[in-house]
Amino acid sequence: MKGLKWRLAKDRLFRGLVYLLSLLSISPLIIILLYIFKRGLKVINWSFLTHLPKPVGVEGGGVANAIVGTIILVFIAVLISTPLGIWAGLYLSEKRRGLFPEVVRVAVDILQAIPSIVVGIIAYLWVVKPMGRFSALSGGIALSIMMLPMVVRSTEEVLKLIPPYIKEASLALGVPYWRTVLKVIIPAGLPGILSGVLLGISRVAGETAPLLFTAFGNQFMNWNILKPVNALPLLIFNYAMSPYEEWKRLAWGASALLIIMVLTVNIISRLAGRRWKVQL
Amino acid sequence: MKRRTPFFLSLLIAALIVVGVLLASFFSITVSSLPALKKFGLDFFLGKQWDPPAKVFGALPFLIGTLITSFLALLFSLPFSLSISILLGEYLKKGRLASLLKSLVDLIAAVPSVIYGFWGLQVLVPWMREFEMKIGVSPYGVGILTASFILSVMIIPNTASIAREVLELVPADLKEAAYSLGATRYEVIKRVSIPYAKSGILAGVLLSLGRALGETMAVTMVIGNSNVIPRDIFSPANTMASVIANEFTEATGNLYYSSLIAIGFFLFLITAVFSILGRHIIKRSSLK
Repeated sequence: MKGLKWRLAKDRLFRGLVYLLSLLSISPLIIILLYIFKRGLKVINWSFLTHLPKPVGVEGGGVANAIVGTIILVFIAVLISTPLGIWAGLYLSEKRRGLFPEVVRVAVDILQAIPSIVVGIIAYLWVVKPMGRFSALSGGIALSIMMLPMVVRSTEEVLKLIPPYIKEASLALGVPYWRTVLKVIIPAGLPGILSGVLLGISRVAGETAPLLFTAFGNQFMNWNILKPVNALPLLIFNYAMSPYEEWKRLAWGASALLIIMVLTVNIISRLAGRRWKVQL
Repeated sequence: MKRRTPFFLSLLIAALIVVGVLLASFFSITVSSLPALKKFGLDFFLGKQWDPPAKVFGALPFLIGTLITSFLALLFSLPFSLSISILLGEYLKKGRLASLLKSLVDLIAAVPSVIYGFWGLQVLVPWMREFEMKIGVSPYGVGILTASFILSVMIIPNTASIAREVLELVPADLKEAAYSLGATRYEVIKRVSIPYAKSGILAGVLLSLGRALGETMAVTMVIGNSNVIPRDIFSPANTMASVIANEFTEATGNLYYSSLIAIGFFLFLITAVFSILGRHIIKRSSLK
């Protein structure tokens, strides 16, 4: 009987340990978020959102250029990766077996695994070097390379869940194949596809490494996609590494703003995709 | 019939472009790293000296820095990520607490890495400095250990989600058989679930290792950026990713620039191999 007691005690001990370690592992997240919101939220006000950064030594100033830059970069990334990604995802869900689809899936996996800094090098070699200067376009292309595999994957996963009889019913009615895809399959999967795109946006919007030598950063407002732009993550990085307290204060504010943006898009994406039990 | 339509052809072309993007990336990086690889050969990865003014480029300090930070991060994070996967895969399969915990773990992955780095620089580095003063090592604050701590938090979700999925795949009848023999829950987890899910968990570990190797911003901000081989885990160092982030825009001269790209080429290769291996293991274990 002593053995049984010991075994039960071990069972309880293990259970306690699992609960304890699980709770502990989310504590850094909570601590970090508390810090960011405590120091960052008080920085955010109207002039923070609408003004440009001031020169060193001058109080105040804002991050308007970085907000605009992030929007431009994400917009370019979505414009390139979404149509291509959805189309390739459609291919994979339409042709599930065979050697070539398998090759595409492996390629998508590898693309997703490429470290973000290496994506920066790729965009540098493809766009910055031939053009001879840093630009918003190159940054957007870097982000689109990161987003592409996410869109392909989520599209494929979502479309796989659509019951085949819907498609068969449409084909049996004599609807041509392309119309069946456009009018039946895509609409049926649209919320799921959209949720994948939003999740991709929430991930690339916070990326810094691919922008270091593509979008590069810019102290001024810029709407021209052939010139360098600033972005919120870039601004946080540059100001965090600077020795000036005023810039660090702006970096806290920008961090809070970036977290709010990223988490909002992330949560919307999860709500939109809840119907689809897909691991994105 | 449908396979030959122009419409299907357009889908095929999109898929070809995706594969093309990967091949073209690989090609560009390989070509641009050739000057450095040709000049130094294998010594590029074994050379201890990284000295841009003298045009000597050996990447060994960064290889070592990357290996130590990634393995330490993995070591620190494993007990936590495995606990989460056991909790969500065995004890708490449904319910509010489970979905709350799941969303919080997903949140860890959603926070941008520059924010981890900024927090680390502002908050964790001073803490580490105090700690290092107490135990009597040089109080840099920044360094390998600090970077590993931040990394270990960032990779928790990667291992946890894959391990949870494979634990959920363990057949209920296997577990019930063990229960009916009088096993406790702990014994079932230890003797049935984990052995069954072993290869899937390994795949999760591989994938998070790949993530740790390539993680750039958070590491760059707290590792101290030193280009010599680190003496101990408190020393400042550089990883492959962080040296590229730090030096790429200032690289003058073709050889310097090509050497940095060669480091990127190597990172690309490692992560590609890890991702193929991880995929292979997951596929094999889910076919069981």
